[in-house]
Amino acid sequence: MSVIVDILASVGMWEAVLRIATPLILGTLGVLLCERVGVLNLGIEGIMAFGAMIGWLTVYSGGDLWAGIAAAAACGAAFGFLHALMTVPLGLSQHVTGLGITLFASSVAYYVFRLAVPTATSPPTIEPFRPLPVPLLADIPFLGPVLFTQTAPTYLALVAVAVLAVVLYRTPLGLAIRMTGENPHAVEAQGIDPILVRIGTIMAGSALMGVAGAFLSLAAFNSFFPTMVQGRGWICIALVVFALWRPGRALLGAVLFAFFDAFQLRLQTAVDGVPYQLFLMLPYLLSILALVVMAQRARVPQALMQPYRRGER
Amino acid sequence: MRFERRERPSAALTLLAPLGAIASALAMAGALIALAGANVAEAFGLILQGAFGSRLGITETLTRATPLILTGLAAAVAFRARLWNIGGEGQFYMGALAVAAFGLVPGLAGAPAPVAVLVCLVAGALAGMALLLVPVVLKLRFGSDEVVTTLLLNFVAILFVSMMIEGALRDPLAFGWPQSVPVPDAALLPQLVERSRLHAGLLIALAMAVAVWWVQERTVFGMRTRAAGLNARAAAFAGVPLGRTLVLVGCLSGGLAGLAGAIEVMGVKGYVTTDLSPNYGYSGIVIAMLAALHPIGVIGAALFSAVIFVGADSMSRALGVPSYIADVTVALSLLTMLVALFLVQYRVRR
Repeated sequence: MSVIVDILASVGMWEAVLRIATPLILGTLGVLLCERVGVLNLGIEGIMAFGAMIGWLTVYSGGDLWAGIAAAAACGAAFGFLHALMTVPLGLSQHVTGLGITLFASSVAYYVFRLAVPTATSPPTIEPFRPLPVPLLADIPFLGPVLFTQTAPTYLALVAVAVLAVVLYRTPLGLAIRMTGENPHAVEAQGIDPILVRIGTIMAGSALMGVAGAFLSLAAFNSFFPTMVQGRGWICIALVVFALWRPGRALLGAVLFAFFDAFQLRLQTAVDGVPYQLFLMLPYLLSILALVVMAQRARVPQALMQPYRRGER
Repeated sequence: MRFERRERPSAALTLLAPLGAIASALAMAGALIALAGANVAEAFGLILQGAFGSRLGITETLTRATPLILTGLAAAVAFRARLWNIGGEGQFYMGALAVAAFGLVPGLAGAPAPVAVLVCLVAGALAGMALLLVPVVLKLRFGSDEVVTTLLLNFVAILFVSMMIEGALRDPLAFGWPQSVPVPDAALLPQLVERSRLHAGLLIALAMAVAVWWVQERTVFGMRTRAAGLNARAAAFAGVPLGRTLVLVGCLSGGLAGLAGAIEVMGVKGYVTTDLSPNYGYSGIVIAMLAALHPIGVIGAALFSAVIFVGADSMSRALGVPSYIADVTVALSLLTMLVALFLVQYRVRR
């Protein structure tokens, strides 16, 4: 018991929570956008891998850290465009296309990585994002280090939650996005092209997924290696269900998840005699549990996975 | 521009589409090979030579195709009933682990070979089944999406394997390398060709493809899975027991993936490690799609992937092109195949 109390009382653990949550927040927002407009995007795992690779490569070859983020966003949007082309105008299976994008994006990422670094056994490092203390707020005891001494992309992710919530619920664009995910025929009747809304929104969501990946190589770690994403993309897909497709709850889900992850990481070293693999399983099992519990209450966007063809019902 | 459903897709188009898809995937892969600074024609030549050019190449290709046929079948049977089993990778590992675990059962090592082999194959299939039944039951009982649960269970399964081969199933003679106890000799699959790794698992995989085809085309269960996949609600109205059908499909699919893992251990490796599978489970999904979910087509698609993987390995050694080019090519052919199959069904109108 005292071990658990010690871990919970340590500032280090709470500092880690937002750091671990950041890629999940960004990724979950990306999935949320795609699903709100009616398209499942299983490309996330691969798009994150590619974002991590291209972000790292940009900085490794002399670019700015923010250029790395921008490159990841642009490449994410490009993969999103491919996914959108195949699933929206062509109406192909969203499951299979998404998995295809994941396999394609991740294998191209590893291929390009190996082209850039053919032989190195340990992946070359870069100078990552440093924690950026917010003036004054960072001096608050406990809350200062936990909330206000994060890296810049973490603040960006938190801002993204607010922006997305406002856009989705307070703007005509958000209304069009949500309506396309519920009833694209009604959107068409309003004189808006649901196909364009879908393509654009999927690209935006996939750009967020790319940035989520870049956070891993540019802030959470300081290098890129294959297997870096480790199922985080799939966890984001589960978190969206947990979040009931709402940005605020997506933040809550990601932070809650990150809390358990940070906790189990420290428990691993503190507890003897329990195989470390059991701890590593916890995040995945928790995601499944969250999915099972929330699937009961979930109100899925009504047109999710329904391809829209003009003139067909 | 709009798309119009073809009344009757022409036979020529249906045949040409896969070829066109693969050709365009290879062309794009060629562009990436050129990016690596290698001669594209030479690279493709070396891929073919690596896969077919020697006795070793051919047997390696067939050895590589064996698990791919089974994981491809696993995905194909599930997808046909719209059960999105993306957990082939985890089920593969559970099947492999079950074989290692049965190696420890006293008496099995001394059993006659056919008995030991049969027991291990069944154990592997059951282990794969068990892992897939969890998401199937969660889907039926709670409506939770099986795509996500099967994907996440892949990670759980591999961690479980890692835990077992560092714990209860650890090989004490492996100098600290995390690997499982070896499979008893009685449970090893016989070689098919002298001085090669090709083993009897290939025959099992081929027999499974035919068996799956027969079940799908000639039995009530096969008809029900197709009905459930085409339109679940209509099938339910027609009296198809959806839940039971889905559970059975799950058993078949998980069993095939588990069998793949068992056979890989019994035929090639002889023990379990956490790098036993170079993504056989995920490749199975691509193979199923390349085969348009047809069980006999799976054999061809698995052979195609095996040629790419084995050939690219040897090309990569010769030219220094990263061997990930094989994964890229296979993923690209999935995407091009999806578009090609669409163009068979629809015509483009301005």
